[in-house]
Amino acid sequence: MSVQNQPTATVAPEKPQKSASDNKSKKSDNKSKKKESDRRYKALDMTMKRHHYEADALIEVLHKAQDTFGYLEEDVLRHVAKGLKLPLSRVYGVATFYHLFSLKPGGEHTCVVCLGTACHVKGASELLADLEAELGIKVGETTSDGKISLLGARCIGTCGLAPAIVIDEVVSGKQTSEETIKQIKDALAQ
Amino acid sequence: MDINELHAMAEQEQLRRKPHRIRYCTSAGCVSAGAIAVKDGLKAAVKDGKLDNEIEISSVGCMGLCARGPLVKVEPSEIFYENVTAEQAASVVSTCHGGATDAKVSDLEHPFWKLQQPIVLENRGRINPERIEEYVQVGGYQSLHKALTDMTPAEVVEEMKKSGLRGRGGGGYPTGLKWETVAKMPPGQKYVICNADEGDPGAFMDRSILESDPHRVLEGMAIAGYAVGATHGFVYTRAEYPLAIKHLQKAIKQAKKFEFLGSQIFGSGFDFKVDIRIGAGAFVCGEETALMHSIQGARGNPRPRPPYPAASGLWDCPTLINNVESFANVAPIVRNGGDWYASIGTEDSKGTKVFALTGKITNTGLIEVPMGTTLRQIVEEMGDGVPDGGVVKAVQTGGPSGGCVPADLLDTPVEYKSLLKLGAIMGSGGMIVMDEGTKMVEIARFYMEFCREETCGKCVPCRTGTVQLYELLDKISKGQGTAKDVEQLEKLSYMVKEMSLCGLGQTAPNPILSTLDYFKQEYLDLLQSPADLNGNKIEATANAPSA
Repeated sequence: MSVQNQPTATVAPEKPQKSASDNKSKKSDNKSKKKESDRRYKALDMTMKRHHYEADALIEVLHKAQDTFGYLEEDVLRHVAKGLKLPLSRVYGVATFYHLFSLKPGGEHTCVVCLGTACHVKGASELLADLEAELGIKVGETTSDGKISLLGARCIGTCGLAPAIVIDEVVSGKQTSEETIKQIKDALAQ
Repeated sequence: MDINELHAMAEQEQLRRKPHRIRYCTSAGCVSAGAIAVKDGLKAAVKDGKLDNEIEISSVGCMGLCARGPLVKVEPSEIFYENVTAEQAASVVSTCHGGATDAKVSDLEHPFWKLQQPIVLENRGRINPERIEEYVQVGGYQSLHKALTDMTPAEVVEEMKKSGLRGRGGGGYPTGLKWETVAKMPPGQKYVICNADEGDPGAFMDRSILESDPHRVLEGMAIAGYAVGATHGFVYTRAEYPLAIKHLQKAIKQAKKFEFLGSQIFGSGFDFKVDIRIGAGAFVCGEETALMHSIQGARGNPRPRPPYPAASGLWDCPTLINNVESFANVAPIVRNGGDWYASIGTEDSKGTKVFALTGKITNTGLIEVPMGTTLRQIVEEMGDGVPDGGVVKAVQTGGPSGGCVPADLLDTPVEYKSLLKLGAIMGSGGMIVMDEGTKMVEIARFYMEFCREETCGKCVPCRTGTVQLYELLDKISKGQGTAKDVEQLEKLSYMVKEMSLCGLGQTAPNPILSTLDYFKQEYLDLLQSPADLNGNKIEATANAPSA
């Protein structure tokens, strides 16, 4: 790695001028530069090492990757595939199978609306519709300014508080649309 | 660790205790209702009153009555307070020394408490889930000791068979038989898996058990490992349950430290270790073959059975998979004997069952009742019925795999056979109460949307069937359906049920079929021209847009 370090650094500024056919080498340059400079990759490497680079640990490694990077960008998936000696298709297949893995960056804040049965019976879908109208996005989307993502959850298991929402990891129960919208505004104002 | 050390550990914990204890619930329900502010208030009051030597403030797991959180319990007087506020905290502390409080005392004579028979939840409100000492103090790990030192693996399996315990994850397969099958496989690497992928929306039994009493599950798994000859266990849990994961991780660490897990447990030749695997949000992973694929780092696609996991499971080794609640029943069964457990419940279903009682009901919460309790007792007596004088219309059990029981059949006892006869299932324990305002077609559509999103896409009947069923339901619920659509809905439901590969697809049409059975009129009322129904459907279907 240390041998590569020198040339990568000098190549980097030229990158924008490189042609599309050079795409592959550009990517590997890009990656090795990242590996060197980005502590997040180091954290990911540590996780893979702890699992002895076993392919069976793919889901744990992806969890770690998502925690560290916020979402699973292509370079990260490539890095994981290489580390665990798996075809990229397998890594991509797993990353897209599970709902909690996201291949797109999320917003600064998140608002999760629980759509479990108990919440549904108590009006969660109306609540969600109001939030969609308020934020101007559909469930699963992020506002264009990247401020907030609106997500739906299958069931967060606090059915006693239906309908429940989670704003930035804080659960609030027995919500009305007005209350939730106010909480979102408060979160955005912070 | 030997039995004397175990007893000494329990005694030491007893001695450590201060004369008074105030327990506050730290489960998600109470925390969202403000339990943390209450805790701060309690601690401040103890500090201000310089009562540190007399009163300890300690957290416990879910106490059950989630509708009235935050819940606080005072020991040793065993008085329960509901809806406690931070302002009331100081007065609750003062009751330890004869003071008065305006916090509402919970009526422990109410059927909500009276009709319960806690076995799985017996440590509810009694232990701090983050301290192994408290679990040991209430008799924890003594069943593991008994199994390892006084019983052969075959005897443990025999007790499980005698107990009549059936799988609590929803399948209802006799647990003892499953253990016996795995035990009989040739010696070699075997695994024990605890299925904590509680995906049914509206169910939170497993979350509560793991959050409130994680050692109980570990003890059950270790006993199972001994009985079937496995040395390695996995708990597969949902990533959506961070607190359960935290408590479980802590519990495993403590159990290792005190040598309840590890090598040569209690000086026997038995080794057992437990690892956690965290899911990533796929409902289908609750299906056992999908779950095993997920543990192995792959997509959670199910595969055909046989071979059953008992013969060829994780990494092709014999594997025992049980649900959280099933494992939580193991320690009391070993402690008190299989006959004791079998004496509870009904002929068909032994023991107790934990239910998450939610929806349009006054007393939302977690209950554990003996099998054979009627739905009416649960909903009307324990749950106090629909709030604000509403009328119960149906009770839904078993989540997306289950069905709706209409109000006039509420006298049905809770047991595997009788629920199945009604087209519902016992399921994992979600029980959602619906009132007159609930539209049944909408409920069927809701569940089908869930299944459509959650199908893994491997087999065609489930992948495309759920989409078609959803489209039909959507069309009907928008008032654009025809009689032909209803007919098709039923036909297609049976097709998906018969042809799908795994439990998800095989049970996905259940909510449709049961609502068609009991609430067909609601479907018919939504049709384009209800008059069509008496056989005259040609005209309406001719120009119906295809779904």
